[in-house]
Amino acid sequence: METLSIYAPKLVTNREYIASGHRACSGCGEVLAVRYVCKALGRNTIISNATGCMEIISSPLPETSWEVPWIHTLFENASAVASGIESGIKALKRKHGYTKEVKVVAMGGDGGTADIGLQSLSGALERGHDFLYVCYDNEAYMNTGIQRSSETPYGASTTTAPSGKNSMGQHTWKKNMAAIAAAHNIKYVATSCSSYPFDIMTKVEKAIKVKGPSYIHILSVCPTGWRCPSNLTIKMGRLAVETGIFPVYEIEDGQYKLNIDLPSLRPVEDYLKLQGRYRHLTKDSTAVIQAKAIEEYNRIRQLSGLKAIK
Amino acid sequence: MTLKHTGIESSLAMAEAVRLANTDVIAAYPITPQTHIVESLAELVANGQLDAEYIPVESEHSAMSACLGSSAVGARTFTATASQGLILMHEVLLVAASLRLPIVMAVANRALSGPLNIWGDHSDAMVTRDSGWIQIFVENGQQAFDQTICAFYIAEHPDVLLPTIINIDGFHISHVIEPIAMLDQKTVDGFLPPYKRSITLDPDNPITMGCFAMPNMYAESRKALDTALHNSKKVILEVWRKYGELTGRHYKPVEKYKAENAETLLVTMGGYSENAMDAIDKMQGEGKKVGLIRICLWRPFPYDELIEAVSGARNVIVLDRAISLGGPAPVCSEIRAALYTSDKRPQVASIVGGLGGRDISPDDFEKLVGIGLEQIKAGRTADTIMFGVRE
Repeated sequence: METLSIYAPKLVTNREYIASGHRACSGCGEVLAVRYVCKALGRNTIISNATGCMEIISSPLPETSWEVPWIHTLFENASAVASGIESGIKALKRKHGYTKEVKVVAMGGDGGTADIGLQSLSGALERGHDFLYVCYDNEAYMNTGIQRSSETPYGASTTTAPSGKNSMGQHTWKKNMAAIAAAHNIKYVATSCSSYPFDIMTKVEKAIKVKGPSYIHILSVCPTGWRCPSNLTIKMGRLAVETGIFPVYEIEDGQYKLNIDLPSLRPVEDYLKLQGRYRHLTKDSTAVIQAKAIEEYNRIRQLSGLKAIK
Repeated sequence: MTLKHTGIESSLAMAEAVRLANTDVIAAYPITPQTHIVESLAELVANGQLDAEYIPVESEHSAMSACLGSSAVGARTFTATASQGLILMHEVLLVAASLRLPIVMAVANRALSGPLNIWGDHSDAMVTRDSGWIQIFVENGQQAFDQTICAFYIAEHPDVLLPTIINIDGFHISHVIEPIAMLDQKTVDGFLPPYKRSITLDPDNPITMGCFAMPNMYAESRKALDTALHNSKKVILEVWRKYGELTGRHYKPVEKYKAENAETLLVTMGGYSENAMDAIDKMQGEGKKVGLIRICLWRPFPYDELIEAVSGARNVIVLDRAISLGGPAPVCSEIRAALYTSDKRPQVASIVGGLGGRDISPDDFEKLVGIGLEQIKAGRTADTIMFGVRE
């Protein structure tokens, strides 16, 4: 191996835009992802936040963790509020001498994005507002106590789709939000994961350079809801990616690109066995998840122009 | 200057008022009978007659949500809706008030489902009653135009900062062509100050809007909002006074029509008031001591003015154009509550009528007064009568 004389680390700003002292659970992958997203966005940002974990941990009156202008109004309307912010600034620039270059960002959890907020997100993407939407997907309604969403993965047990004598827990597969966003013919869509800070930051930087809407879907590990030790957050996100359960890719102008290209996948069991939400799974249902993970991973590979793996 | 009267549809006159106010952002979703207002605005923007961002949102919920965003960055913001649209945006309305965002909205009042009905009544406005918005009812197209100009002034006043609804009866006002005296641009510019919000979403001065409140803070927030809404009346009166001086058209929270020395007072709100006036003219011509009181300001409720207006009468007959299912009619209930602490308490009869666009003609108003008086005479004032309904 070649010996390197200079080690060039990637530079990340020391500046924080979500202050410590927030009320997130220990090991929260979501707030970690928010932190990276905000570092990449920088100070000239306005955030419209849907109701959910990130809202509730950061804004108990009269305190706030936010060091950028931030607005929370309701659960299902973060994208519509962002539409108004973006349009308002456009009008102010044209009519009232407003000169600041502001990045408008909407964010929400998987419920606020894929379920209750899907209509307002679709509307804002379709209308072409210049904004970035970030979904922090922790795969259930964690804020209200681990109820299933359309992003809850197959086989996971939640409080409203619990495993039981007649149930394996969630019996549907994750809604494919990246594909739904891409179907609006927007310029930039990406997936990422809270365990990959540089991947998140690179993608946010790319997304905000796009004129028009962009969408990033970040798998955000939730030890509380996934029922795993809080010191395994980073490992858990990496296992989701390395088992092929959550492929990390971009869709630029409709073209897929697999960003974390693995020569082979780890068995899904490595990921599932560490989480209480999958404790009830039988060998058979684990095999179903295994087959689906490979199939989905290969589908993204194929769309990215890569050969399938076994 | 006030321009000479022009025949114009009320909805279009309202859109013209929004143009004259140099509105920055309009976010709207179409619903009958609001459509002519927003279509006209879209056209004004498309033709370059109004420099604004028109956001054609995918629902009323998103319309009001977009309004939150644009108002929060300091842009003058307008929307219009009706009926199902108003109740779909209902949860957003409460947030607009609590964030103190001075959005101006026209509501072309319409019945609520079910059954589906596109015609006018006040059911939609009554659902919105407790949302924290300033709520004004108008009686014709001229008032719709005037109150739209005034609404921006009132809502954006630094001592108010509250969203404001102008209620215009669906079809009966919204679609009627009337002679309306509008204002020229110079006059509106001289009257209406620009929207200058001191606190906005601004990267140079980052603020957090929309915190959640624990039990130790929630009640204080609500109290502060309630106080702000009550206090807005002072500014409302001041703006109407200035507008009256400018145009000669004077507005009051409670308007009286031939009410002096009346033994019986009819109370109405909104567009049917002009029919009621015709009925009053006729009845007074016949020597009957009947007058009319019209409520123009619905929220904040003008308790003092209302008590002053009705407490001298012996009988009060209140027409509600909405039904509170399983409870007392909303406007009447308010009037009874206002009178309870008054020294002079007239008898109050409650009548619900004009639902789902059913007309109440001047002749009907005469009958309606008769029915009210019978109820009072028979001591049945606890009942609510549905006027002209087949049973």
